[in-house]
Parts: sequence; structure tokens; C-alpha cells
Amino acid sequence: MSKTNLPSAVLALGATSAIAEATLRLFAARGARFYLVARNPDKLATVAADLKTRGASSVATHVMDLDDTAAHPAMLEAAAQNLDTIELALLAHGVLGDQEQAEKSYLAAEAILGTNFMAPVSLITWLANYFEAAHQGTLAVISSVAGDRGRKSNYVYGASKGALTIFLDGVRNRIDRAGVHVLTIKPGFVATPMTAHLPQGPLFAPPSKVAAGILSAIEKRKDVVYVPAFWAIIMLIIRMIPRRIFKKLNV
Amino acid sequence: MARSTPRPRFESWGRYPTFQAELKPLTWASDFPLRNPPSTPVLPVGAGRSYGDVCLLENGTLLHTRGMDRLLSFDADTGILRCEAGVTLAEILDFAVPRGFFLPVTPGTKYVTVGGAIANDIHGKNHHVAGTFGHHVQCFELVRSDGARILCSPSHNAEWFAATIGGMGLTGLITWAEVRLRPIVSRAIDYHGEKFVGIDEFLDLSRKADTEYTVAWIDCVATGKNFARGIFMQGDHSKEPGKLEKSKEPWLTFPIDLPAFALNRLSMAAFNTAYYHKQLPKVKTAKIDYEPFFYPLDSVLRWNRMYGKSGLLQFQNVIPHEGGREGMVEILKAITRSGLASFLAVIKFFGDVPSVGMMSFPQPGIMLALDFPIRPEVSFDLVERLAEITLEYGGRMYSAKDARMTAQQYQAFYPQWREFERYIDPAFDSAFWQRVTGRRPLGE
Repeated sequence: MSKTNLPSAVLALGATSAIAEATLRLFAARGARFYLVARNPDKLATVAADLKTRGASSVATHVMDLDDTAAHPAMLEAAAQNLDTIELALLAHGVLGDQEQAEKSYLAAEAILGTNFMAPVSLITWLANYFEAAHQGTLAVISSVAGDRGRKSNYVYGASKGALTIFLDGVRNRIDRAGVHVLTIKPGFVATPMTAHLPQGPLFAPPSKVAAGILSAIEKRKDVVYVPAFWAIIMLIIRMIPRRIFKKLNV
Repeated sequence: MARSTPRPRFESWGRYPTFQAELKPLTWASDFPLRNPPSTPVLPVGAGRSYGDVCLLENGTLLHTRGMDRLLSFDADTGILRCEAGVTLAEILDFAVPRGFFLPVTPGTKYVTVGGAIANDIHGKNHHVAGTFGHHVQCFELVRSDGARILCSPSHNAEWFAATIGGMGLTGLITWAEVRLRPIVSRAIDYHGEKFVGIDEFLDLSRKADTEYTVAWIDCVATGKNFARGIFMQGDHSKEPGKLEKSKEPWLTFPIDLPAFALNRLSMAAFNTAYYHKQLPKVKTAKIDYEPFFYPLDSVLRWNRMYGKSGLLQFQNVIPHEGGREGMVEILKAITRSGLASFLAVIKFFGDVPSVGMMSFPQPGIMLALDFPIRPEVSFDLVERLAEITLEYGGRMYSAKDARMTAQQYQAFYPQWREFERYIDPAFDSAFWQRVTGRRPLGE
């Protein structure tokens, strides 16, 4: 069913996240093979059944908490073995966290940074070396527009994603020359269970729209993609606001 | 971003009535029962494409099931698809058509969910041969607020199966269902359209029709020699192998809420005349795509904005064949007399297959569906009058399209409601159910 030379052996980390799921469906329709990793076994089995029904050639699942970095290498080796060659690794796990809690307690802030930054660093370190040695592969990582500038209302989450973006910039510069595609994905507001408690305005995009943007960025081997694309303009403006004004704003 | 701002009023497709309600998105079958159940009632809502208040609830929590949109299994030998309740019929078509399958029954829009299709036991242009959607449901899981998970099929927990099909979402939450799809070899429909004038010509064409799909558009504005003119449309899935690709996304969205005066008798009369003359010869046959045949309005997203912010009122009834002709003529006359116009009126014969749902709408007879712009002083009186005529002729009205039935009328249309009540989940309620059980007065 493959129309283009899109990757067909896909490792999904945080496979039950809404953005991951929507993206994986697009690959399933093209007959891809999957190795799915997530924490909740029931949700993981549901996603696996859906991808299989939609046309996946094979789906393997692996239940684990990705905060457990010590268990990463064994999981990644199992994935590489199962898929034969990992062609695409999609990192999609993350938490929004509770900003108010994180302002009061270092432990709450550390938990957000651990899940959103330290765990990806562990995964990306292994995957970067794997792809570099193989001289192929796509490493697609979900960061966030929140990482573009620190805001009063969610700077702990923003810092975790900003750090991830910078880390990926460096990794890209290292392994791009080995033929590895590193894609930093910056979604704006997405209507997902993670944001269900927030009031949803017109800026909220459905995961399917975000997924289409991710697929196209993988196909075009982009370095960074804002999804939906209009967020590139919004964030350009936000980054240009002088700090002396920005610090007075209630955003 | 503020942590909690009041939710917008949740609208059904008719945009009347509306209520403030908390919206709780459900993403996984395990999200229900809720971890912190509210003290006020809950009600599942899928795509919100029913017209009146059957998917609404005042001072309660709407369980929004659209996030439960997974396809769980498909057997290409039997055509049986198992999917979560929030999957829309459009999503099923996108999946099934390229594989050579089609919905067993489809309403006039593909943007309804499977859960909603079961809860309202929807029907389509093939009712006379295929029955309702419920006839093609193999089984489903019903989750009650006490955590009980009931597997329902015609042979297993059959009473829950019957109560939930057409049960308006009140018996619990449907998490997934198995639906038997039907094979097709092409997207194409072999179409046959024939103009008629007068109810007798319509009845004659309906009796003679031997196609799977039949429906007629009827002009509810014209009087005199043009009274009850229309176009009788029928079709079959083409038996000649053809294209089986997935549909394109509609690119047109109705951009604004039209002001209330935009749809008036004059503009509707003009529309009806133009529609009648769109087909020039008396008879026209063609091979057409299934999209315009089944879903002419789906090509414009949010077409309900045409009726403006005040919304539209739907009326759909069925009158038994015995007395059906007289009943329908009386109804059409009441409409033309009211000066209110409807421009999406359809009329059809329902078949004799008994519905599987305890509270299902279809019964053998002639079905009529109309929509009116809301002009409180005229449209409410008219719909009230149409309900009275329906009652007089032993017919009934369709809950999924109603916003105005009185408790007395409903209970006369559906005398089995007392029996049904025993299956309602104690934590569930709806604005519709409050109204037709006399617990909420009709609004103005």
C-alpha cells in the first residue's frame, strides 16, 4: 500500500497519547509494522487493535512506564529485534503537569521534568546511536510551542519542552550527516484528554489535523514543524515581544 | 489560561432548545463509570446530530463519546465491524468503502456516531427492505453507572438489547458495538428520479418501487394544481464494478448564522420551485456517486447555520397505511395554510419489518420529515397541530427530531414508555425524557 518512501517499521513511545494515536493511524493505513510502548495495558491493547484493523501489517505491544529510564535499553533492544530495523521512532509521551503545584514544590517540578525531558534524553541517546550506526532512520519527537518562550502560566512544562527542543537541535547537528532525520514537532493547542479541562477556543486543533502535519513533515524531512502551521506565526510574534513588555503580560 | 470558565451552551443540530451543561469527554471504554461521579445526572452524546433535546441535559454532565473512535476488528468474510461507540458513520465509510463494504442502513447524514445510531435506532432510504440500524447490530457492550458491563445481543441479555436500541442513551453508556456491513462493488448508485404531482402519484410510485433505496422530496409550499408535487428518487448499489476509493473531505463550511428573515416563504418557494425544475424531464436515470445520493447536505458543513441562531424545528412522523393518505394530505394542508415553508421535506414508505428496539420510531406506514425555521408564534402552533393530526391517525413522532411533543402526546405515541422506564440507568436523564415524562415544561 506504500505510496511514498515513508518509514514502515515504527516504534511508538507513549503510543496511547492522542497525537501519537492519530499519527499512527496514518501509518497503519499504509500497512506499517508497529512496536507500541505505553503504561496502561488496556489502553495499549485497544490502540493495537485499532491499528491492526486499519491495516497495520503487524503490531507488537510493550507495557512499561517510560519514567523508568533503567528499563529503556532492554525495551529498545526488544523493539529493534521485533521490527528488524526501526525506521521511525515517535516519542509522544509527556505530561502537562500542574503548574501551581510545581511552583510550590520542587518534587512536583522534578516529576514534570523527569517525564518530559529526562526520559526522552535517555530514549534519544540510545536511538541516536542506533540510527547513526544504521545510517538511516527518522527520530520524531513531540516537543511543544510552550518550549519557545517561558510563560508565567506554565513555565515548568515549557522549560521541559524547551530543553527537549535544544537537546534535539544538538542531536540533529550530530547525526544529520549520518543520514538520520531528526524532527522536532511543536504542536499548539490540541484537543486531547491532556487539555480536556481547559476552555477550548478556536485555536484548538483536533489530533487528526496535527497528525497530518506530522506525516507531511516526516515525508518532507523537515527539521522543525509547527502543527497546525499557523503556530509558526503566532510563536514568531510571541518570541518578538520585548521582555520588558512580556513580563507584564498575563500569559 | 483560566482554570474554569463557564462552558458554552451545548447545541443539538436543531440549535433549539439549548442548555448549559458540563461536557465530559470520554476517550477510553474504561473512563466510565466516572471516577468522581457528579451528583447531577449524566447523558451520553455522540456527534450531537439529533435535532431536538434528546441529546441534551440541563444541569447535568454530557458524556462526550467522540474520543472513543477506534475500530476494534473487522472480518472481511462476514463484513462484521467491531468499533467503539464514538466512531462516526463517515469514518466507517472511509474505512469500509475501499474494502468493498457499505453501511447496512444510513440516515441522511454520515456525521452521526455508532452510539447515536443505536440510541436513536436510525433508519434510511432502505427501511422497506432492511429495517432499522438496530437490525444490523450483532451485539454491543452497555456499561451502567454502577459499573456493571452488560454484553447485549438478540440472544444474550435480549431485554437490554431491545431497551438500548432506540433507548435514547438512557439505559447506560454503549462502549462498543458490532455492526454487519454489506458488500458493494462500486461507489456508484444506479439512480432513477421521477417527478410526481399529488399524493396519489407518490403512493403509486411507492407501491411499484422495487429498488433498495427509495425516498421522495416533496414541495410543501406549492398549492393548487401543484399541491404535493415532488420527485420520487430511487436507487440501487451499482452491480457493475467501479471506483471504491474513500470520499474527499467537504471543503465548504456554512460561514455565518443567517439572520432569521433570510428563510422566508418567498425564498423557500423559490427554492422549492427551482428544486422541482432542476430535473427537467419527468423521468431521469443516471449513475451517480453515493455521496450526493445519500448525503446531499453533508457537502456543506454546518448547514444548520442557514437557519440562523434561533435554530430550526424538525417534525417527523409516520402514519399507518390505513388512513395514511388522508392523514398526510391533512398535514400538508395544515403546513401550506400556516404560511410556514419547509424546504427539506421528504416522504417515504416504511417497511413492515418490526423494529428491534422497544422505543424505536419506525412502524409500517407513510413517513414524513420536515424542517421549519423557528418563529415561536407560528411554528410551535403548527407542530402542535401536526402532532394532533398524527395522533388522530394512529401514527407517532420521532424522538430524535423532536423538541415540542407534550408528555401527553408522547405517552400516547409510545404507550410502552412505562415498561422502558425500568431499564433507565438511575444516574442518566435527558432534557427530552424530562419533558415527555412531564417533569419539565415546554419552553417558549
